[in-house]
Amino acid sequence: MADPIFIAVAVLTVGTAIIALEARELIYGAISLAISMLGIAGFFLLLDAPFVAMFQIAVYVGAIAVLIIFAVMLVRTQALFTTKEDKKRKAAGIALMLIIMSSLGALFLASGLSGQFGQFNTSPPIDFTEIGELMLTYYAPALIILGLTLAGSVIAALALARRESITGQEEGEEEEAEQQRHERDS
Amino acid sequence: MSEILDFVIVSMVLVAIGIYGLVVKRNAIRMLFSIEIIANAANLLLVAFSRGLPNAQGQVVALFSIAIAAAEVAVGLAIIVVIFRARRRLSVDDLSLMRW
Repeated sequence: MADPIFIAVAVLTVGTAIIALEARELIYGAISLAISMLGIAGFFLLLDAPFVAMFQIAVYVGAIAVLIIFAVMLVRTQALFTTKEDKKRKAAGIALMLIIMSSLGALFLASGLSGQFGQFNTSPPIDFTEIGELMLTYYAPALIILGLTLAGSVIAALALARRESITGQEEGEEEEAEQQRHERDS
Repeated sequence: MSEILDFVIVSMVLVAIGIYGLVVKRNAIRMLFSIEIIANAANLLLVAFSRGLPNAQGQVVALFSIAIAAAEVAVGLAIIVVIFRARRRLSVDDLSLMRW
């Protein structure tokens, strides 16, 4: 049914996705998430989409994972250990996950996906010159809006970081005032 | 060789794991991880059906989706770091400032 490479990549992707959520230390979770994204890139290679796979590696593994790791390092580690997890909520989450998996799985197995439509190895793979052509003709407005969105998000992140430094100064002043108050009280 | 259904099943499992993380985890960064896992599953479905049809538009939409995810993570992490600087904790149960 499925070839061994596919099974290996599937196990890698799903396993590291679970580790990303369940690892005790958040930094290991972030690294595990990066490996999971690499697994998705492997799926794209298996689907004869090398362009999307390279984009996935460049953006997800190269940019997003590194950004997450930096954010995890900026956040004080002590705050990350105090995760109050409800046992009941965890059981309910696992039950919900199993319900979603079984119902969706039954739905997909009952659908016609495993029939004639699902066999895609007869058709030739998509040439990525076609992707470039589509991006610059039919999807050109979307591409421009995408660029504006990325610029806007960068400006928003910068604005948030800048305002944060100003409030940080105010917080520092408040802390000094509190210290002075404590000294006066004692 | 594999068929579309295998990729659909892997994508479904990833979505289920992501929903589990969103429901159970109370740490803002871990919830961001879950959102990323779900977005990856959606991209996988897009590319799988783009290969099966075959139609190049699925891959184009997947590329757009990846780029949008990068913007979303940048803003999300900036918000998380700002919240952490202000509140000194990251549990979403404490972030009830804007809850009616």
